[in-house]
Amino acid sequence: MLVHSRKGKWATWVLFFALFLPLFALPLLVIVAASFATSWSSALPTGFTGGHYQAATSGASLQALTTSLVTAVSASLLALLIGTWAALAAAALKKSGRRVLDALFMLPVAVPSVVVGLAVLVAFSKPPMVLNGTRWIVILAHTILVTAFAYQSVSAAIVRLDPAYEQAAASLGARPSYVLWKVKLPLLLPSLNAAAGLCFALSMGELSATMMLYPPDWMPLPVQIYAITDRGSLFTGSALSVILMTTTLLVLLLVSRIRTKASYR
Amino acid sequence: MASATLSAPVNKAANPRKGMPKWVWALPPVAVLALVFLYPLALVVQQSVQPDTGGTSLKPYADVFASSAFREALGTTVWLALGATVGCLVLGFALALVIAFVPFPGGKAVAKFIDVFLSFPSFLITLALLFVYGSVGMANGLWTDVTGAASGPFQFLTTPWGVLLAEITYFTPFVMRPLLAAFSQIETAQLEVASSLGAKPARIIRQVILPEALPALAAGGSLVLVMCLNEFGIVLFTGAKGVTTLPMLVYSKAILESDYPGACVVAVVNVLISVGLYGLYRVVSRRAGA
Repeated sequence: MLVHSRKGKWATWVLFFALFLPLFALPLLVIVAASFATSWSSALPTGFTGGHYQAATSGASLQALTTSLVTAVSASLLALLIGTWAALAAAALKKSGRRVLDALFMLPVAVPSVVVGLAVLVAFSKPPMVLNGTRWIVILAHTILVTAFAYQSVSAAIVRLDPAYEQAAASLGARPSYVLWKVKLPLLLPSLNAAAGLCFALSMGELSATMMLYPPDWMPLPVQIYAITDRGSLFTGSALSVILMTTTLLVLLLVSRIRTKASYR
Repeated sequence: MASATLSAPVNKAANPRKGMPKWVWALPPVAVLALVFLYPLALVVQQSVQPDTGGTSLKPYADVFASSAFREALGTTVWLALGATVGCLVLGFALALVIAFVPFPGGKAVAKFIDVFLSFPSFLITLALLFVYGSVGMANGLWTDVTGAASGPFQFLTTPWGVLLAEITYFTPFVMRPLLAAFSQIETAQLEVASSLGAKPARIIRQVILPEALPALAAGGSLVLVMCLNEFGIVLFTGAKGVTTLPMLVYSKAILESDYPGACVVAVVNVLISVGLYGLYRVVSRRAGA
């Protein structure tokens, strides 16, 4: 609509794809291509092999995948619990109180993840709470990082919620706890699902804080990808990256399907 | 009977239940946050003023500020973040403009692809760039195939320019999303009127679209600025000794050198810069209504 002539339109589109494809589509394609290649020393990869996937789904790499999945699921559930609770509590407060809670729970987004990792490491390496060297320190750090996003998306959903439903329920004599369980939470379910997907994706790809505090027996997938590529096995690293992306996408897809079902209610 | 059931809720509404005030419900999550996040952060600040020799002094700060490694990292971090933000804004504005106002079949799919792109971790971009511009990657391979030279001309990946390219690639979608949302609010009739009155596309962009998009640009730009300042994965995967940013310095001081007071000082500086800018972002985006 901005460009009316046929020629102008085509020129704009060609320019668009000349920028878009090499910058955004090429990187992802290149990783997929490399994960199947035996070598890459000219313009295109040479040789086709599934061997990198064999290496990526055995031994330490397979363990890294399950580690990441367990970490991401536990961190997402914890973050959802704390984030939803905080968002519901904040919505009931007056404006100034809500501002304080907003600022507190959004703070982990602004603080660099590396510093979150350092802080958790410093705080939980000494008594009374020694978590350093256990898997819990990784799960804890991931929970801190993703809670902010759970809080943000749930509070945005609460603002959009029609207050008429809970007012109707309350005027019919429902106690606040009943309104919360039977009215508010079911209405929030689609956004809770979306928040869970977001938290899961973020936790699956978290590298900065994890690098600061992972114990040797609890090494998530991004750290494993770094360790492998740092040793020079770029192709196995690509196969692991493809597995990471596919898992994230599958879970996001699954979550969005639940959401469409829930929105019929 | 009927009047009793009717009157009870009315009383309740008019006279809120005594008992716990509402802020009590906010206490448990705040307590958890304080324990696992605010208290550790306070410990970092505390440790930054406690050198290994004991006591409390500002000596760690003096040491770190005096070191050339820190000053270099600070400079690199700031110029990389500023450069990447400007690049993301220009590129994101141009691409979003085409998607919104020169629509083509498949435009929806492109917008969806951008959403998917956002859910991937940043270090994947650096990994991909190794295959595209690395010493034996696609671009250099093409060059040596065509010219027969021993090595290609693309050797910028381990320099700050490689980090800049990766950051612009990864963060541009973060600018495009709020922009696309803002563009969808613009009445297309406005553009048609401007165009029928004889305005050229450049003038329509400048005088009709840009003013409407300014809040979204400001919000997206400041978000990207903060994220670039905090970016770690891209720099780590680049593996360049010459590119050290503040988060990278925190990591290498704490994990590789076990210099915790030094790491804490750099962390405090990094937090101050990022949180200050993030506060600005919140103010701007609240004004923008984004």
